[in-house]
Amino acid sequence: MATAKPALAVWKFASCDGCQLSVLSLTDELLALADVVDVAYFLEASSAVHEGPYDLSLVEGSVTTPDDVERIHEVRRASRTLVTIGACATAGGIQALRNFADIDGFIDAVYAHPAYVSTLATSTPISEHVEVDFELRGCPVDRHQLLEVVSALLRGRRPSISPASVCMECKRSGAVCVMVAHGTPCLGPITHAGCGALCPAHLRGCYGCFGPAETAATGALAAWWQEILGVEHTDLLRALRTYNAGASEFASKGEQHVASGA
Amino acid sequence: MGTPADEARVMGVDGLDALIRALGERGYEVLGPRVRDGAIVYDGIDGAADLPVGWGDEQAPGHYRLSPRDDDACFGYAVGPHSWKRYLLPPRSKVFEAERGAKVFALRSAEMPRKRFAFVGVRPCELAAINIQDHVFLRDTARDVLYASRREDIALVAVQCTEPSGTCFCASMGTGPAATDGFDVALTELLDGHHRFVASAGSELGRELLAAVGAAEAEQADVDRATTVVDEAAQRMGRSLDTEGLAEALYANLEHPRWSEIAERCLGCGNCTLVCPTCFCTAVIDTNDVTGTGALRERVWDSCFTIGFSYIHGGSIRPSLRARYRQWLTHKLATWRDQFGTDGCVGCGRCITWCPVGIDITVEAAALHEPAPAAGAGR
Ligand code: SF4
Ligand code: SF4
Ligand code: SF4
Repeated sequence: MATAKPALAVWKFASCDGCQLSVLSLTDELLALADVVDVAYFLEASSAVHEGPYDLSLVEGSVTTPDDVERIHEVRRASRTLVTIGACATAGGIQALRNFADIDGFIDAVYAHPAYVSTLATSTPISEHVEVDFELRGCPVDRHQLLEVVSALLRGRRPSISPASVCMECKRSGAVCVMVAHGTPCLGPITHAGCGALCPAHLRGCYGCFGPAETAATGALAAWWQEILGVEHTDLLRALRTYNAGASEFASKGEQHVASGA
Repeated sequence: MGTPADEARVMGVDGLDALIRALGERGYEVLGPRVRDGAIVYDGIDGAADLPVGWGDEQAPGHYRLSPRDDDACFGYAVGPHSWKRYLLPPRSKVFEAERGAKVFALRSAEMPRKRFAFVGVRPCELAAINIQDHVFLRDTARDVLYASRREDIALVAVQCTEPSGTCFCASMGTGPAATDGFDVALTELLDGHHRFVASAGSELGRELLAAVGAAEAEQADVDRATTVVDEAAQRMGRSLDTEGLAEALYANLEHPRWSEIAERCLGCGNCTLVCPTCFCTAVIDTNDVTGTGALRERVWDSCFTIGFSYIHGGSIRPSLRARYRQWLTHKLATWRDQFGTDGCVGCGRCITWCPVGIDITVEAAALHEPAPAAGAGR
């Protein structure tokens, strides 16, 4: 480590750039980061591009075009460690809603010349295409968690990122449970921690931005929402089908409920 | 019930207010119940007016609502989502920091300078829970300095329970609704006629405080009334748990089909353990800063419901929800006894109310008390 600084690359696939902005919004820590890594490829921040290989690649976005499929393999080949960041890269993002619909119908409705559009029928996470070393969840990712992942991997340490529920963070923060005390449907019990229970702290139910928690019990929560909180089936489906619609623990329950509610 | 007539004092709401202020004047950080975001939580209080005056609560499995009372009771509710463990065993605390310089490696242990805590409105089940955690953290063989530094010299103003909630079962666990010891002052709120508090001191500090606020000697009628309202509360518990032979039954029923059935309802979210005033499990987390020169060791609340909790090399030894729920319930009601000589449950009901899907320890324990139904009869 006394030699050259490790090369960092930040890549974009189908995404809104919000996670890359989380890197930039590190502000103070960003300068410290720039001291210890060589920012070799980060178009959102600089047009100066250094060639690979890269020691650490952060990949934002999902795979939605044939071109993406090729490019992610190139990125993988050029990267020693590859970390996916955000709901798009780890679960397919909001654009994975197309997985449940007819893509040709969308194309015809939106584009004047559909023939120019080359796209896949699905939006899929990076891990469906190449091996991923670490997945950081969130829509967008939490910048402190992002810094932790980078700090850990630069030192060869496992990132300290808990895959347990948002409830764990909610209770630690001292917030009052919105589901128990207000009857507000909340996805916190099945959602991956990381946001610090942001929405419950503002008396809103969790929207599931960080995707499924470890062993997410979607069916058990859905049953309570419907039977006790009186949530309609379409609203349950909508709640499960947002930024992490493509994550199997959310998607499969959604499918099941489409089937049973039809 | 520990309010012998010769020691009992009586005071009004102004006396309670003076008591809270007297603690503040003596340099304590005074904490007590307050209304926030639709629940009664613990936070800083400056006087009696900060208490949830005129509020009650409605509790059931997975359900909590504040409800207005038709009187000005200061303590007319049961425990809420917070417990005093939040202060004695904080959700996140620094264990040490380390800094690597050119030649030296400096370690800084967690600084512990702080005001002493005064807890006001501590319920009997919470006194019992503090006692249980003291036993976990203050044994000679395993003294926890972080806990000890926060626990030392605290002042405890207990309140005997007169309004048990729908999920309370302290009477079954022998921890309430009367406060017997472990407090500096114990109060009983009386609402018939003149709004007043019967107070008894449990320590020298308590006697001093009651003298300082000018609490008068209580009449026998008030003392009797205090005994009656607490005795009546014992009859109005929302839940009960038969602990007779329970630990043995749980050991005998480790393969009971009920465990799998619970696992279909349980979310594995961990709420039950974090709201529990006796659950003490934490994770130790080491991180380094981006430059690699600074490192931090922290301790955060963990739960046996997380996969990481039982992670040993190669994987988690409790990957299924069935195994994790079984760990939790058997620890509370059976293995805790072997480990520490008491139950791990004080009957406060928090895990029942704050389980987002209303899983009820009393119902599950009762089902598991019975032998498994004959093969074919169950699911
Ligand atoms: S197990 Fe439940 S009822 Fe018992 S002390 Fe813990 S939270 Fe209270
Ligand atoms: S029940 Fe679980 S979290 Fe609570 S003390 Fe036991 S092992 Fe720890
Ligand atoms: S019993 Fe309830 S609170 Fe506890 S982990 Fe299961 S769902 Fe969560």
